[in-house]
Amino acid sequence: MYWVRRWSVRRAGGLNRVYNALESLLVALAPLFRAIGYERLERPMAYLERSVKGLLFDCKMCGQCVLSSTGMSCSMNCPKNLRNGPCGGVRANGHCEVKPEMRCVWVEAWNGAGRIKGGLDKIRVVQLPVDRRLEGRSSWLKVVRERTEPPKPEARK
Amino acid sequence: MIFEDEPVPGYPLPILPGHTSPGRLERVLRAGGFAITTELAPPDSADPEEVFKRARVFDGYADAINATDGSGANCHMSSLAVCSLLTRIGYAPVMQISCRDKNRIAIQGDILGGAAMGVCNMLCLSGDGVQSGDHPQAKPVFDLDSLSLLEIGRTLRDESRFQSGRKLTSAPRVFFGAAENPTVEPLEFRAERLAKKVAAGAQFIQTQYVYDVERLKAFMRGVEDLGLLDKVFILIGVGPFKTAKGAEWMRNNVPGMHVPDAMIKRMAGAADQAREGRQICIDMIQEARAIKGVHGVHVMAYRQEDSVAEIIDRSGVLEGRVPWYPDRDKNPDRKAS
Repeated sequence: MYWVRRWSVRRAGGLNRVYNALESLLVALAPLFRAIGYERLERPMAYLERSVKGLLFDCKMCGQCVLSSTGMSCSMNCPKNLRNGPCGGVRANGHCEVKPEMRCVWVEAWNGAGRIKGGLDKIRVVQLPVDRRLEGRSSWLKVVRERTEPPKPEARK
Repeated sequence: MIFEDEPVPGYPLPILPGHTSPGRLERVLRAGGFAITTELAPPDSADPEEVFKRARVFDGYADAINATDGSGANCHMSSLAVCSLLTRIGYAPVMQISCRDKNRIAIQGDILGGAAMGVCNMLCLSGDGVQSGDHPQAKPVFDLDSLSLLEIGRTLRDESRFQSGRKLTSAPRVFFGAAENPTVEPLEFRAERLAKKVAAGAQFIQTQYVYDVERLKAFMRGVEDLGLLDKVFILIGVGPFKTAKGAEWMRNNVPGMHVPDAMIKRMAGAADQAREGRQICIDMIQEARAIKGVHGVHVMAYRQEDSVAEIIDRSGVLEGRVPWYPDRDKNPDRKAS
């Protein structure tokens, strides 16, 4: 919901701390996840993630979440799916070129980033092309696996 | 400037040390010239002569000609085709690539294909939303954004491989550019965003229309503070209004246009509005030129392309330099006027 999404950006600092705590918890649970099997956990975890992040951020389930780098404003809500900053068409009132009734996702992101510790450094990092195969999958499980397992040899550079 | 190794039209120049492309635009910029680029509106036609006709009006005044890629999300001849036609007779085109209509498979193919056709400059854009064009029912692709496109372009050129990792047998020698809009919100993010584009591989920048010098100066100060002035060539976007009404219309309908009220008033108060529009453009060019870190201007004169020669001439920024055009060195009087 649009107003919840905007509320979340205003609370970006707190939500980022909540997320960091959640991430630590999930990483600690990695042995359990491995025992159950990540593929078996994929659907329930994706469902949970969709419910929570869908409510808070209008999450689009790209499967490679960068909310901590975008001030808790989901960049996949940008009609152009821009993941690196605003396009040149932002209106004078800070609204979207494509959807005039909506605040630009990146105007929000810039404001949110200022409320996150280190957020203004993270928003400066160039995000690589999206891997569309991950759409609909759990981003949290992906993070846990990346943090607890060595990268596979064919992984991108 | 005339290079002593000036090529046969359609043949590339040798690549100089420190250059990434065999192109004339990169040479002019790296030689310290004040570069002029302009924009050709691709025709709604399959006739190559229409492309050549549209290019000829810039003869002697432009170092490179942008071919737009479905600009405003309207359907026209493709930028790849326009550029390929232009390189046949030696022009230096800037191939615009928009992420709106193609995914990474098509775009990487176009970068290789364009380079094979002699296109030395490519401008990586996100693209206008489909809602603003003549086919609002189309599917917006946006598989990449302008930054991931730059990243992919640089990978093709510098690492000689596709994003997939598969090797190329010959890498595209391209000078990559990007756009920026210094005068719209979020203003404090704009210079930062430029820094991201430079980090992703942008070597030159062509900005959107700038009509607000104060905002431009603030932006350029931001760019300087980030230490980018010697890392990227910045060309400021300018263009003439035809009428005060037209200026007002552009402000309200063209995405990303910021036109201060004072400009509209200046237009409305003029006896000859078209002439005043050109004068505003000339003033902008001269003011932009005085700003540290500005390396040229990008003149966008949609439906007034024949005014570009006069604007550049009267602005005096070429200082007697005659950018290359077919026959320049044999028949110098054929310059556009």
